[in-house]
Amino acid sequence: MSKIPSALSLGIRRGNLEVRQFARQRESVVFTLLFPVILLAIFGSVFKDTIAPDVTFSQYFLAGMIASGLVNTGFQALAITIPLERDFGALKRLRGTPMPASSYFIGKSILIFISMVIQILLLLGFGILFFGVELPTDINKWITFSWLVLLGSACSTALGIAFSIVPKSGRGASAVVSPIVIILQFFSGVFFVFTQLPTWMQQVAAIFPLKWLTQGMRSVFLPDSFASQEVAKGWETGKTVVILLVWLVIGIFFSVRKFKWDRD
Amino acid sequence: MSLIEVKGLKKSYGDVHAVRGVDLEIEDGEIFSLLGPNGAGKTTTVEIMEGFRTRDSGTVSVLGFDPQTRGHESRKWRDRIGIVLQSSADAGDLTVLETIDHFSGYYSNPRNVDEVIHSVGLVEKENALIRNLSGGQRRRLDVALGIIGNPELLFLDEPTTGFDPEARRAFWALIQNLRSDGTTIVLTTHYLDEAEALADRVAVINGGVIIEVSTPAELGGRATSQATVAWRDGEITKSERSDNPTELVAKLSSHFGGEVPELVVSRPSLEDIYLEMIGGSHE
Repeated sequence: MSKIPSALSLGIRRGNLEVRQFARQRESVVFTLLFPVILLAIFGSVFKDTIAPDVTFSQYFLAGMIASGLVNTGFQALAITIPLERDFGALKRLRGTPMPASSYFIGKSILIFISMVIQILLLLGFGILFFGVELPTDINKWITFSWLVLLGSACSTALGIAFSIVPKSGRGASAVVSPIVIILQFFSGVFFVFTQLPTWMQQVAAIFPLKWLTQGMRSVFLPDSFASQEVAKGWETGKTVVILLVWLVIGIFFSVRKFKWDRD
Repeated sequence: MSLIEVKGLKKSYGDVHAVRGVDLEIEDGEIFSLLGPNGAGKTTTVEIMEGFRTRDSGTVSVLGFDPQTRGHESRKWRDRIGIVLQSSADAGDLTVLETIDHFSGYYSNPRNVDEVIHSVGLVEKENALIRNLSGGQRRRLDVALGIIGNPELLFLDEPTTGFDPEARRAFWALIQNLRSDGTTIVLTTHYLDEAEALADRVAVINGGVIIEVSTPAELGGRATSQATVAWRDGEITKSERSDNPTELVAKLSSHFGGEVPELVVSRPSLEDIYLEMIGGSHE
């Protein structure tokens, strides 16, 4: 008798299946991938000012949209779809097979990572074509961008899986999850310039990852001169890494220890 | 050693004692049916054997393995069993073939995908999206996913709910084929005729305890119980319960001078016996 397939190879198989399944759900493809682009179009058309020399609002907003795209496609999507899968009984059925939990998580991570990459490409392409967004030319900024996307998507995925234990039913999941994400977006300086927000909002936002992802993306897409206009008068790169890592560990801990396969 | 051994199994949810000391032995190669009304402890017992729930006390051995164990050993165990749950639906954006093929990848020694699709009668639907299947077809897909891993032991929970009579007969034939291939089957069902048609042995559970384990023909003293002889005498239908129905029929035959009008000889159905058993133990 041959051996049981490894968790990693099954994870890749699951990723393949998740992507195929996702691609066939046209409404959610459009909503998940195009919604940030639509927001960019709206905000970019309404606010045409520059907020600093060489920094248009579109440029500022693009950084925020890429960051919050990481939260939308990961945290929000998973925290809503996993409870639905649980309601359907799909998770319980998987639990009854030799497929390990880690393969399920790997599959979700692959799906989330691919949809994030597509979304980022759409946002960048759209920003460049219609809103005069300029891409950084410094290789170091692209290195920062890469680890921010990797760490941000890992963090967002882990927290989305962890938070999927909170909604009691699939139907109610959206009502629980969406307000949290929207409030975080307002508090974290996605829709408004962060420094113009009340201090208490800034302090609340600083507990959560989105604020740090947003600030990190600004360090990539805005000129370095803008760093002095941040609350901390700098990009706080080191602190960003630490906070994202802490949230990643929290997310993984709850995903592994508390994941619910069954409704009751 | 039996394929499944359950001893002194207990499980409570708060103040509710769902299972209050269940003992069961299920042998290699048999179809064993667990019968009981809702809330009798049936689902809890089966889900403990399936490794979905933990027990409070007692011992459980399934294929020589404690279902409560986790980790790699648990994967090796799950590789040998198949589970068809009561209700599992998916978003339905995959085809029948894709889904079965994907699940086959979970197992070390899966059955041939085409053969499984053929055996559950979904060949014509193999490229259909799951969302476009009828209820009965979805159920057959559930069964396909339960058997794709070539299990030694298969759990079937209410497998034919929502089937039309023809589909149910076809399904029974499929289950009997699996058994003749050597698969042990644990069947929970509400349909007494299904248990009668398929099961080698049935256990009746009520109030969290096993009331009786027997063959369907012998359950509740059915084989030796009195037969009812009914016939028509002029305008009225008469019936009589008898230990010696053949004698009675002979007497009637000579009384009528040959053919007895509208003669029926019957013994209690499995359903009659079952209802009597669970009714008698209601508290």
